[in-house]
Amino acid sequence: MKHGAFLRFIAPSLAAMVLFIALPIVSVLIQSMHAEHEQVLKVVENCVPFAGCTETTSIDQEAMRELREERPLGRFVGGDIYAGRNHLAFDSVGAAWAASDGIGDFLSRLMNLRFYKALAFTLTYTFVVTPFCIVIGLCVALALNTLPKLLKGPTIFLSILPMMITPLIGGLVLYWMLDSRGILGSALIYLTGDPGLSLKASPVLTWVMLIVYGVWSSIPFAFVVYYAGLQTVPEDTLESAVIDGASRWERIRYVIIPHLAPLTTFIALIQLMDNFRVLEPIVSFSAEANAISLSYAILNDLRGTETALFGSAAATSMLTIIGVAVLLSPVIWRTWRDFTSRNAH
Amino acid sequence: MNVTKRLLLGSALAAVAAPAFADGHLVAGCPVEGRVAILSNDFPALAAVSARAQECAPEATINATTEHKDIQVPALTAEPAEYTVAVVANSSLVPLLTADLVRPLDDLIAEHGANIDPGQMIKIDGQTMAIAFMANAQHLYMRSDLLEQAGITEMPTTWEGVIEAGQALRDQGIMENPLAMNSAAGWNLAEEFVNMYLGYGGSFFADGSAEPAIANETGVQALETLKQIAELSGPDYLTYDSNATQALWSAGEVAIAQMWGSRAANVLEESGEEIAAATVLAGAPTVGGGSSPASTLWWDGFTIAANISDEDAEASFIAMVNGVQPAVLEGNEDKAVWLIPGYEPTPVAVGVSETATGGTAPYPMLPYMGAMHNALGAELVDFLQGSEDAMTALQDAEAAYRAAATELGFLQ
Repeated sequence: MKHGAFLRFIAPSLAAMVLFIALPIVSVLIQSMHAEHEQVLKVVENCVPFAGCTETTSIDQEAMRELREERPLGRFVGGDIYAGRNHLAFDSVGAAWAASDGIGDFLSRLMNLRFYKALAFTLTYTFVVTPFCIVIGLCVALALNTLPKLLKGPTIFLSILPMMITPLIGGLVLYWMLDSRGILGSALIYLTGDPGLSLKASPVLTWVMLIVYGVWSSIPFAFVVYYAGLQTVPEDTLESAVIDGASRWERIRYVIIPHLAPLTTFIALIQLMDNFRVLEPIVSFSAEANAISLSYAILNDLRGTETALFGSAAATSMLTIIGVAVLLSPVIWRTWRDFTSRNAH
Repeated sequence: MNVTKRLLLGSALAAVAAPAFADGHLVAGCPVEGRVAILSNDFPALAAVSARAQECAPEATINATTEHKDIQVPALTAEPAEYTVAVVANSSLVPLLTADLVRPLDDLIAEHGANIDPGQMIKIDGQTMAIAFMANAQHLYMRSDLLEQAGITEMPTTWEGVIEAGQALRDQGIMENPLAMNSAAGWNLAEEFVNMYLGYGGSFFADGSAEPAIANETGVQALETLKQIAELSGPDYLTYDSNATQALWSAGEVAIAQMWGSRAANVLEESGEEIAAATVLAGAPTVGGGSSPASTLWWDGFTIAANISDEDAEASFIAMVNGVQPAVLEGNEDKAVWLIPGYEPTPVAVGVSETATGGTAPYPMLPYMGAMHNALGAELVDFLQGSEDAMTALQDAEAAYRAAATELGFLQ
């Protein structure tokens, strides 16, 4: 295709991408470098029921109005929010490094800082859920593909149910089932013989619970993609493999898996992105005491207090975007290399 | 007359004030013309007030949602504001004041507010910014039958007594996890700390500034007490919100709980007859020999948006005044502890009344209290889970607060 024609061809999508992806990101970046104006405070007399009148501090609206009109964006603080305690916390990390007596001690001190605590869970979640989801998804697709036609339809429907349930609702349903009085929770107590067992109380079990939920809810996606891919595996190759005496395992290993490799890249890309933004299970499992993610930190900045911390939420968002970019870079690099080497032939 | 006294003398006042309005007459000026749009939280008492307001303003729209505090600032910032009335509580009034979105009501009161008691007026710097109409507080719910079974004849009035009673219930095998409070990580846990810390006589900030001052002996004491309570609570205590504690109570799985007064009618209704009959409501307990109960008082009231025309403001004010007239009490006495003249405390109001008359402080209305509350909710968990000592947790909370307060412009 000529360059001119190509440009005209992609111009609409390019415009949409600038408008709906690039510009919002720029706006978030600008937001993340601004804080609220320094508040002008004054002491006033407040009268409320029960307590009568007391002296308390309040904001001087007159003075603030002027400031706000002058610079509606707020006060430019550059990278201060990024470096602050609720984000990268350089000072606290340095102090933790100096005070710690080993890498283990340093890491446990690091886990005391919100951003690193959130990052630790987010990364663990991403790197456990993604491979499990790919492997189990493939197994389910392979198993289903061998079912007789009559059973296929209903079984496929049942297998994609976890994906059809809204994550928030699915999480909530599971949460109540795992309660120590719920069906799964009491079953676990019966199986382990430990009446005090509570999945919600222990940090380790909470992580396990969230990860199991994550795998359960994202398997259908991998399964559907693989199942579609299985329909395109060339029959001839499979047949010749059978003639060559290849077992079922060898056919899967040397014919089907290589054939599905591009799909695996696709699923890995989407899953890495999705899992890095994990949020709903933490909310529905009320798990914030034991596990928080980057997205949860953003939600908490915006909704946790009466006064939203827009700069802080924007900074976490930017760090999340950077995180996703880093995560995806190997996959994208690989795709690019395949593309250029194919073109070189 | 101050409101505390009125709670005690409610019956005396009822005789004077109630007859004039008992027949449900509308106030002068009804029905109003002009736009009335009400944004409020979603619980029965507020629905009753909104419904009464609607009688005076038939065209009024009402949005009652538990998400109200998340939409109120953007909704009232619009020109003209999306809602003309925002029903708020202590803490949710603060962001509206901070962003200058509600108007002073003094002129409107002078013209249309003859029936509003001065004790209902929330005055800031001499101007009335909101009219309170109901009160709320966390207080004790106790199962007299279980306590008796454990040989406790006198109901505990201090947290030390509650913990002792809880231990007795556990030791005697009557109940494994006898205590409960709204201790879910986040807002709820922070609220419990606020209650306990104020009960010990602590203050959150250095005098007259936004500098935090919680990492001290009082803070440690408050945390240690919370931990003792947590140890006698169920293992899932960090997920207990109001719905969870209410369910525990109704299921008869708790013997002593600190829960919201506004839930009392609901809790008793949902519990079985046996449990309801044995439930005793009482004021929040004191702690550490303090004189006032370890709780905070909350009020709910209405405000009028700043970014609307004066006509709409007047119409909205008249409609809301009609909403909080004593006539609203009819059939709704049980739904809240009303601050409305003529209210006579019902049995379910005992807990809040006792907490109020005990001299409990209202939840602080400082512009930076929200940031403190949020920091506490996130950072205190580490101590309760045993991964940190109390002082470190408090220092962490101070550091997290400092970062937020700096971003909000309260600290440099």
